[in-house]
Amino acid sequence: MGNYEFDLWVFMLAAFLGFQLIRGVSPLLHTPLMSLTNAISAITVVGAILLTGEKDASTLSRILGFSAVFLAVLNVVSGYLITDRMLKMFKRREPEKK
Amino acid sequence: MKLDDTLLPILYMLAAMGFILAIKWLNSPATARRGVIVGEIGMLLAVVGTLLRFEVVNYQWILVAFVLGTAVGIPIAYIMPMTAVPQRTAFSHACGALASALIGTAEYYKGLDQGAGFSTVVMVALIIETLLGFLTFTASMMAFGKLQEVLAQRPITYQGQNFVNLGVFAAAAGVGLALIVSPARSVLFPVFALLALLFGVLLIIPIGGADMPTVIALLNSYAGLSASAMGFVLNNKLLIVAGALDGSSGFILSIIMCRAMNRSFTNVLFGAFGQLQTSAAGPGEARPVHSATAEDAAQILDSARNVVVIPGYGMAVAQAQHKLREMFDMLTKRGVDVRFAIHPVAGRMPGHMNVLLAEANIPYDKLWEMDDINPEMSNVDVALIIGANDVVNPGAETDPHSAIAGMPIIQAYKARTVMVIKRSMNPGFAGIDNDLYYRENTLMLFGDAKAFLSSVVKELGALVKA
Repeated sequence: MGNYEFDLWVFMLAAFLGFQLIRGVSPLLHTPLMSLTNAISAITVVGAILLTGEKDASTLSRILGFSAVFLAVLNVVSGYLITDRMLKMFKRREPEKK
Repeated sequence: MKLDDTLLPILYMLAAMGFILAIKWLNSPATARRGVIVGEIGMLLAVVGTLLRFEVVNYQWILVAFVLGTAVGIPIAYIMPMTAVPQRTAFSHACGALASALIGTAEYYKGLDQGAGFSTVVMVALIIETLLGFLTFTASMMAFGKLQEVLAQRPITYQGQNFVNLGVFAAAAGVGLALIVSPARSVLFPVFALLALLFGVLLIIPIGGADMPTVIALLNSYAGLSASAMGFVLNNKLLIVAGALDGSSGFILSIIMCRAMNRSFTNVLFGAFGQLQTSAAGPGEARPVHSATAEDAAQILDSARNVVVIPGYGMAVAQAQHKLREMFDMLTKRGVDVRFAIHPVAGRMPGHMNVLLAEANIPYDKLWEMDDINPEMSNVDVALIIGANDVVNPGAETDPHSAIAGMPIIQAYKARTVMVIKRSMNPGFAGIDNDLYYRENTLMLFGDAKAFLSSVVKELGALVKA
């Protein structure tokens, strides 16, 4: 695990990329943006799966990992679905209906 | 089992690309839904990639947790009314932060069991991950409680509060540092976790409802940074990238919110806004206001060429957005140009008003940002303010002693006629008197926003028939 320097570079570049990307997001969509990034940060599910699925994990690891998988999946599912539900509502003017 | 070295890094890299594109496509409503789809694909690749890793052999608990998480997540996403989106967001920050904190905790005890010891780098990352995770968990739960109105919305302050808060934070950081220096002192870990949890609670106690947009954005950032720190612990670039994206997103949003209130981070977190100012305004001094009925309001709106509606959190509380849409339709049909001016901090989270108005089927090209609408305000016939107060208070521009001095506002006062729907003359959230209400060209429309708008709609209907 000696390559933390490389990890720091990745972090720094990703953070700057994030700054640039977020600046481009219209304020109109700031709420969906927050629920989308929230779903993305539920990528912690990766860590949770590794912990829970290990061959001889301790009971503590198993319990904590299980709870973490549950919480992260909850965020993934509800985060993406509610973002989509919100975005569906943003419409341009509809054609005049009689 | 060469899979781990060849295919999996590529799956993770594709997942990271999915997340980046997801945010990129959110720059316009036209491409935004495509963004959600690539984001979902990214997550799917990441999960599949992880499940395929050779160290993952025990699937039963993972599967159960997946089913449970999905079963709870779907109803939350579909049943949640749009007015409750700030609460849901706070709640999901809490879930995400708790997940990282629990994983960090498990990693710590796992490392202790294996007795291999921790490198300093891993330990630093682990402490950051769990510190941010635990404190964001309780802070988000507190924010959730305040938004859901289970807890009092008013900020609670006491003498020496900032010292207590900083003291608890310093203690948590100190214990964390001790753990970094000697990871084997495992008695310290529960103490560290408790201090972090406690700090999260203390952090939100003095925060009032009007500051929620900033605080929610900041908590979003912390949850992301915690995930990123986990990436350092697990040596996983995907976690680092996804966490950094979330962290920078929350950070930028909170900066935008702070700017929109002309306040600094420290001021939001330690300033305990929204009290004491009432006494300074001189209570009980009744100044005359002009009020009007729904009939008057309907006539004025009907004879206007253009109307700008300025909604605030009060509109959400009264659930008035659908009535507003009816009024919008009738006026548009009568040839009145109706637009909506959205202040960045209107509502309880960034972009809250836009979502509510979009839900009510108001086309998004009618939603204007503050900076775009202000230059046009002097050509506006009617500014209709619904449940907003501080964001239209001209005192922010004219009175250097006002608590909101320097805060950019929507310049409703420039409109020829200003109409304000308001329950009573009680000051708004920040407790600041609003000079706008006493002006010659301002009409106060007293009543519940939803009830008042339905009377206006009725009157407009009568005008159409006449």
